[in-house]
Amino acid sequence: MAASAIDIERNPKFQQLVAARKSLGWTLSIVMLAIYFGFILLVAFNKDLGNFLGWPLYSGAVATVGIVIGLFVIVSAFVLTGIYVVKANKRYDELTRQIVEESR
Amino acid sequence: MTRIKTLVSGAALAALASPAFADAIAGGAQKQATNWSAIIMFGIFVVLTLGITYWAAKRTRSAAQFYTAGGGITGFQNGLAIAGDYMSAASFLGISGLVYLSGFDGLIYSVGWLVGWPIVTFLIAEPLRNLGKFTFADVASFRFKQAPIRVMAACGTLVTVAFYLIAQMVGAGSLIKLLFGLDYAYAVVIVGVLMIVYVTFGGMVATTWVQIIKACLLLAGATFMAIMVLATFGFSPEALFAKAVEVHPKHLAIMQPGTLINSPLSAISLGLALMFGTAGLPHILMRFFTVADAKAARKSVFYATGFIGYFYILTFIIGFGAIVLVSTNPEFLNADLIAKGKSGIEAIKGGNNMAAIDLAGAVGGNIFLGFISAVAFATILAVVSGLTLAGASAISHDLYATVIKRGQANEQDEIRVSKIATIVLGVIAVVLGIVFEKQNVAFMVGLAFSIAASCNFPVLLMSMMWRGMTTRGAVYGGFLGLMSALVGVIFSPAVWEATLGNPKGSALFQISNPALFSMSIAFLGIYIVSKLDRSKRAQRDREGFDAQYVRSQTGIGASGASAH
Repeated sequence: MAASAIDIERNPKFQQLVAARKSLGWTLSIVMLAIYFGFILLVAFNKDLGNFLGWPLYSGAVATVGIVIGLFVIVSAFVLTGIYVVKANKRYDELTRQIVEESR
Repeated sequence: MTRIKTLVSGAALAALASPAFADAIAGGAQKQATNWSAIIMFGIFVVLTLGITYWAAKRTRSAAQFYTAGGGITGFQNGLAIAGDYMSAASFLGISGLVYLSGFDGLIYSVGWLVGWPIVTFLIAEPLRNLGKFTFADVASFRFKQAPIRVMAACGTLVTVAFYLIAQMVGAGSLIKLLFGLDYAYAVVIVGVLMIVYVTFGGMVATTWVQIIKACLLLAGATFMAIMVLATFGFSPEALFAKAVEVHPKHLAIMQPGTLINSPLSAISLGLALMFGTAGLPHILMRFFTVADAKAARKSVFYATGFIGYFYILTFIIGFGAIVLVSTNPEFLNADLIAKGKSGIEAIKGGNNMAAIDLAGAVGGNIFLGFISAVAFATILAVVSGLTLAGASAISHDLYATVIKRGQANEQDEIRVSKIATIVLGVIAVVLGIVFEKQNVAFMVGLAFSIAASCNFPVLLMSMMWRGMTTRGAVYGGFLGLMSALVGVIFSPAVWEATLGNPKGSALFQISNPALFSMSIAFLGIYIVSKLDRSKRAQRDREGFDAQYVRSQTGIGASGASAH
């Protein structure tokens, strides 16, 4: 007799899985939103910030702070996704396997 | 003053939604000399993809194979296919063209288009795969009364697909006129016929492989161009930037934000539409059902994010390369405009969207220019195929099989309906593509993103996360989001003033993208109507949450990969 949904929800491993995944997922989402909207607001208020994004990267450089920050946002999207996938592969899949096993 | 600012960013947003098309259309694309090397290479691509379709047709017997390739696509392959859906001609030609024109501002758009992906990974990809079968409506209607939610989701899907499709068709016609020297109508018909053949015979298997091949060609071509550009400057980006600043008429201004975004409200609203529109596009959501399980779904978005991010960095280098190598080369410039005192940037033949194509000629000669043109055409073809398949699935799986036949449809009948729907959608797309030839349809991609973010996404997210949502809440919230996005776009400066020709300042909403408001309306609508819902059905909806939650988190009971 397979376990009912309520039984599975009561399994401490299920609660552990859901809590861990929820907190990681939302934390990373908030980090991504903060990075992106931080960038957008920097662009929108650039003039009030003394053209911060247009500052040369180092004295005499043509490359600007803005270009580096823009590239950083692109790279951060990839890195954050990578962090999630590595953690999920390591931990969540094993927990899920155990829950599925115990529910049979 | 603020109004002027919003207007400026409004026009920019319309362009942003699909910069390539905006200019190809607004610039009244002129027919070029027939480009034989491009046509031959495109011909090779067509023969290859038709071969794949023939191979795919033999393995497309069941509904699962038709809609989702039987769940047999690997995470890596699906990552390429998702990236392919996203790396449209608009992002390749449009973003590199925007970088060519104004430098840094191009980067703002690439960033906006990328950051939705991590959110999809963290919150949507796994539950979506665990709950769904063929369409995202499977997920949105999981524990609810089927018919009303399916109708609402099908409306969201079809409206999104229709606007996206028209923009792609008009863009295809104009670009092909420019690239190949073919007539507009021929170009639109060729795209329509090939797309119908891929989808009706090969279903998702063929559509996915066409997308994968195109993604590889595009990534390879763009990588080659970026390397050639950097090699010219001894692989020093600083030297490339320095030369670009020297030859560009805006000089140092191309290294910092320009005029495209300066109203914070518009900027945030647009950011929301780009970010969450991505998570609500039906042809993208459907791709999550083509992999075996939640783990593969998660991996595929990781690969896709990597490919798309890499691609946007390439387009940035390509745009700067074009500033240096194209705008200084008389071969690519319109001599009349130069004589009138225009800069090389403004005088580029065919408009700034040709920057990447011309750069291909500058670094790789005529054959490589032909190759990149053929890839651009292939890109449009692959994207419209995915869109049409998503639209046809909404008609056959959601409307026909679930609503009309109440889930009792015979599988072969359902497949037949989706094939007929594909042909009908294809014909409509061709007709509308020809009807809208002279219209500025750039706002339509923006509209598609707004609707996806305001109707599809809120219903999908709330159905997966919130126990309290009821059928009534989902239907009201979804339709409110859909309508408010439509109204918001129609009465925005970009459509009401720029497209419909009403006087400046007469638009009801002086904000270029309604997502900030229409998304809020959708979420609030879902919340309030669900809270007030005391019906018997509402009780069942809430009680169904436990079973749905367990399946979404663990995959127990999820539809697996079918036999191969």
